[in-house]
Amino acid sequence: MAEPQEPQPSFGQKVLENMQTASAVSYKPMVRVDEDAALAPVGAAQDAEAFYVAPNWKLVWWRFRKHRLAMISGLVMIFITIIALAPDFFATQNPHTTNALESFIPVQRIHFFDERRLSPFVFGATGQRNPKSLRVEWVIDESVKIPVRFFAPGYPYKLLGVIPTNIHLVGVAPTEEQAAAKEAAGSSTAAGPQRISQGLHLMGTDRLGRDQWSRLMFGTRVSLSIGLVAVAVSTILGIFLGGISGYFGGTIDMIVQRTIEILQSLPAIPIWLALSAALPRTWSVEQTYFAITIILALLAWTTLAREIRGRFLTLRDEDFIIAAKLSGCSQQRVIFRHMAPTMSSHIIAAVTLAIPVMIINETFLSFLGLGLRPPAISWGVLLQEAQNLQSIALAPWLLLPGLVVIITVLALNILGDGLRDAADPYTS
Amino acid sequence: MIQHIIKRLLLLPVLLLIFSIFAFIIIQAPPGDFVTSYIAELASSGSSMDQVQIDALRAQYGLDQPIYTQYGKWMSRILRGDLGVSLDWQKPIKELITERLVLTLIIGLMTFFLSWVLAVPIGIVSAVKKYSLLDYGLTVFNYIGIATPSFLVALIAMWLAFSWFGVSVTGLFSAEFVDAPWSMARVGDLLKHLWLPVLILTLSGTARLARIMRANLLDELNKPYVEMARAKGMSEWKLIMKYPVRVAINPLVSTIGWFLPLIFSGSLVVATVLNLPTIGPMFLRSLTNQDMFLAGAIVLIYCMLAIIGTLISDILLAWLDPRIRMES
Repeated sequence: MAEPQEPQPSFGQKVLENMQTASAVSYKPMVRVDEDAALAPVGAAQDAEAFYVAPNWKLVWWRFRKHRLAMISGLVMIFITIIALAPDFFATQNPHTTNALESFIPVQRIHFFDERRLSPFVFGATGQRNPKSLRVEWVIDESVKIPVRFFAPGYPYKLLGVIPTNIHLVGVAPTEEQAAAKEAAGSSTAAGPQRISQGLHLMGTDRLGRDQWSRLMFGTRVSLSIGLVAVAVSTILGIFLGGISGYFGGTIDMIVQRTIEILQSLPAIPIWLALSAALPRTWSVEQTYFAITIILALLAWTTLAREIRGRFLTLRDEDFIIAAKLSGCSQQRVIFRHMAPTMSSHIIAAVTLAIPVMIINETFLSFLGLGLRPPAISWGVLLQEAQNLQSIALAPWLLLPGLVVIITVLALNILGDGLRDAADPYTS
Repeated sequence: MIQHIIKRLLLLPVLLLIFSIFAFIIIQAPPGDFVTSYIAELASSGSSMDQVQIDALRAQYGLDQPIYTQYGKWMSRILRGDLGVSLDWQKPIKELITERLVLTLIIGLMTFFLSWVLAVPIGIVSAVKKYSLLDYGLTVFNYIGIATPSFLVALIAMWLAFSWFGVSVTGLFSAEFVDAPWSMARVGDLLKHLWLPVLILTLSGTARLARIMRANLLDELNKPYVEMARAKGMSEWKLIMKYPVRVAINPLVSTIGWFLPLIFSGSLVVATVLNLPTIGPMFLRSLTNQDMFLAGAIVLIYCMLAIIGTLISDILLAWLDPRIRMES
């Protein structure tokens, strides 16, 4: 669909409009159609018609599109999802590979221009053994340039678990002398007391010399998916229990509502901790992963169930539902043809807002050592490396995964708010 | 009003009973018990115990009895005010917890009041000056405050304090006061250390509350009664503070029900990062060491705090809002 430019309000105003939480945005459908040429490709006369015959999802999309910040957040989330789907492609080396000699290498920033020529490179790192602590300490050495290429070959893997390849987004450009040097002395070369790292560490390395950038890519997969799975479980529980509660009413409603009240008055964080501590230490990574999602979902479904029940109750008395009932629609048709489509956008918005909460919960559980445990990699497990002052003082880049957590949670929150505001195109 | 509160108070023991069963099941859930982990600890240090000793130890702590008997004994002791003995610390739990609980409450309440003191004006300003540069800045602050987990804020604060000033900001007392008896000097030292954890915990709370306050007030500002007062020539400032703010603050009071418990249990993670002597880090340790009586006691305390939070918000709401008062 062609999208003619509409006169935009100032950026600040726009941003604020997007950020607003509640019903303060006042839209009057008629006025909006007149003002807003972007609604339909054709003239204003047909706009009104387009507006009235548009299906619900289209109305939601039109309204959502106006939230510029929510749109940007949506793009950020698409990007993060792509990383979660194919972390191997974005990683530069195997996230589990340890190299005790290359611990705590600082961040190597990519420089795109080498003497005004487009030729990306990073400065190498040299390590010197500290005579007191006997630890190799690495500093960025501006005399060593390591050429970097995009779509460079690296360790072999299967893209999306199917296509075997060895192409990665970035990698060290293969040169002959380097290959020879690598063969001779592993990835770092020792020259007297000095070592020179030939590796590429976009976010530095951790205590065990593992590449943090690659670990972060894999952690993204785990943390994002745990958020999604936990929310999916609680959505199913919420729709089921909230639905029957709102639909049947009476005793069932009473029981479900009391259960929700009790669960909601439980202090979630200590209960989560106690439950995760109860997981046997001998469980495999996959078992712990699913146990943690279930634990998170167990207390979280209540909010969604309440939301859905409330929707059900308000919708039940809406004119168009009564009309559908009066014109003889079957129970099933009323629910699936008339109620479900109207509710779906609300549910999607509520679910989107629930995901960041889950991500934060998983992160702090793993951070405290009670959630996922190494060798599993998640954002929380990564941040565990930065748990005490000594490691932060020594290697502040270990805090970088926290930045990714903040960006993701921020994007999901703004996206969810945008969806929630857009979910009801008729509200004024 | 009084009827309403009595009704709520009558519900309290029921909730506590449910929660105590819940707490007990949770602490019983891990495979093995304290004796198992104690034996493992002994084995790792090279010594061992024979079966007779193990059985004697189990019998001593009542670990050989069926679960419901254990629960019954535990509960009856708690009702008599005896929280039992920590297996790990070999000390009465009451003695272990009291000071930590007081510190937890102090931090929690200070965070609570500071969040309110900051959030209400922030919410009012950004609603009244809607779409101004100030509102824009405050909204960005709110979003970031909500998106940043408090333990990350604590980590970042710790790092900044270290890299800028070279100081370590962990703990609540300077080294010389850690085990000292309470004195004016110790209280002064506590206050010197208290502000940072309180500020860190305040950040996310303020952001949440300010967002709700802004949205509520925006809803009210367009109502006809505001227009009416304005038309009558009331001064703008007085008008806003007297009518819409008072209405908008009502839904904010109902957040106390979840906000207060959230501060108490949420401070757990920050306390662990900053190594604060509150019940949070002790709870974590008791969980990993399977010190079940201590863990159970702390879970129960958290539940109590949650119930009290809800109760306070119920009473305040009934007092503030005549509609709720009349309903009962």
